[in-house]
Amino acid sequence: MRPFLDRITAGEVLVGDGAMGTMLLERVLRPGESPESATCAHTDVLADIAERYVEAGADLIESNTFGASPLKLALAKLDDDVAAVNRDAVRIARNAARSRAHVVASVGPSGRLLQPYGDTAADDMQRSFHTQLEYLIAEGVDAIFVETMVDLAEATLVIRAAKDIDAAIPIAAMMTFDPTPRGFYTVMGVTVAAAAAGLAEAGADLVGSNCGNGVEQMIGIATEFRQHTELPLVMQPNAGLPQTRTGRVVYDETPEMLASRAQELLDIGVSVIGGCCGTTPDHIRALRRMIDGHSPRRQ
Amino acid sequence: MDRLTAIANAVIAGRHTEAAELTQRVIDQGIAPQTILDDGLIAGMNVVGERFRVHEIFLPDVLLAAKAMYAGMDLLKPLLEAGGVTSRGKIVIGTVRGDLHDIGKNLVGIMLRGAGFDVIDLGHDVAPERMVETARTEGATVIGMSALLTTTMPVMQEVVDLLRDARLTGTIKTLVGGAPVTKTYAREIGADAFGFDAANAVDVVKQLCGVR
Repeated sequence: MRPFLDRITAGEVLVGDGAMGTMLLERVLRPGESPESATCAHTDVLADIAERYVEAGADLIESNTFGASPLKLALAKLDDDVAAVNRDAVRIARNAARSRAHVVASVGPSGRLLQPYGDTAADDMQRSFHTQLEYLIAEGVDAIFVETMVDLAEATLVIRAAKDIDAAIPIAAMMTFDPTPRGFYTVMGVTVAAAAAGLAEAGADLVGSNCGNGVEQMIGIATEFRQHTELPLVMQPNAGLPQTRTGRVVYDETPEMLASRAQELLDIGVSVIGGCCGTTPDHIRALRRMIDGHSPRRQ
Repeated sequence: MDRLTAIANAVIAGRHTEAAELTQRVIDQGIAPQTILDDGLIAGMNVVGERFRVHEIFLPDVLLAAKAMYAGMDLLKPLLEAGGVTSRGKIVIGTVRGDLHDIGKNLVGIMLRGAGFDVIDLGHDVAPERMVETARTEGATVIGMSALLTTTMPVMQEVVDLLRDARLTGTIKTLVGGAPVTKTYAREIGADAFGFDAANAVDVVKQLCGVR
């Protein structure tokens, strides 16, 4: 398999994996339990989910480390063993990938707000991400996926920490936007234009968005990103927005809906298309089929 | 510029040192604490709430404004209490058990305090029993619950059920909110009200408490 970034630069479109959190919730997590708790407690289930995404045709598998920075783990009282939570998650992903897919480390928000509007100093937050990223990079991941960011300053801290450890590690940085009558903004007020510029400036190799929206909104977000950056794009929509039906949570967008609208993401020139909350191996299979039919895969 | 408008402007701009200084100055000048609160600090926070609602400003601006409002409120609180001024109502708020997300809940707390309510914030990961017990012992009229996870939403139902078992339904009213929560869901679990965002939550609490 060629290196991750080489494939992107060569114009290949890669299929990401789908949801981890919602899959875990259906199978083993109790309400409110952190997904990272499953890494040690339910290794077999994590391995099975990763395996199903590889079988479905994902070109990359993300480690179950979205909330595994020390600051975030502390919120869930799981910070006694930051090293194991990160290392084991990467190893599970790698065992499932078996050289059929890239192993990508997921890094999500710290769960804290930076000073002056929050209570956390930038140094403390950077140190927390640095610690997590050292474990992840030491495990030999092929890329870092920075996900669901809403604060550009926080996203920048992650990217800089990763580059500080390994200047050559490919980084895809994604933020989560809400549609407002005045356009797309993160809850912290970051526009797509500001994200495109700021993430690139910090050193991201790919930029884009995940979560918060179904594929419909992601087409609009991708279009805006394309207007503001030359960098390759990565988009990972939810399977729509969560709906509750008699107490059960469901996501409305079927694999077919996702795949048919995702063609527009290809037209915009998005390089990595995956899924976030509510997407399943069937969604990834549908994306795989659509992308293979759209343009022949170059190996 | 009007002295109270200057306080409001300091809140809107999120300048907490200035808000505190200006508040202290008008206290020293003998302006009634309630007037300073209503026409200075709360007036400023109302503007902030409205600008946030229409996406003119965002979370960082609201949090900085809240800091400024609290800086002034800390000075007024002892005076208001000494003067025997009663609050518009006592509200217990918290993010439900298993859920660690408290940005939205904090925002509701800020807006409620800004609207003159007495808020007891139990934080995140709060057990249903604790919410009900606190509301009962503190004599609160509303429990406001937040959940950001679809998996923790059902905990809201437990609070509603506990209140019913304790025959407190109607005495202590329930307000629910959070990203995955909808009006339909609120009705399904028997909650008294749903707030779709922080500003709306304040309007709903006013209705529940019968104040304007």
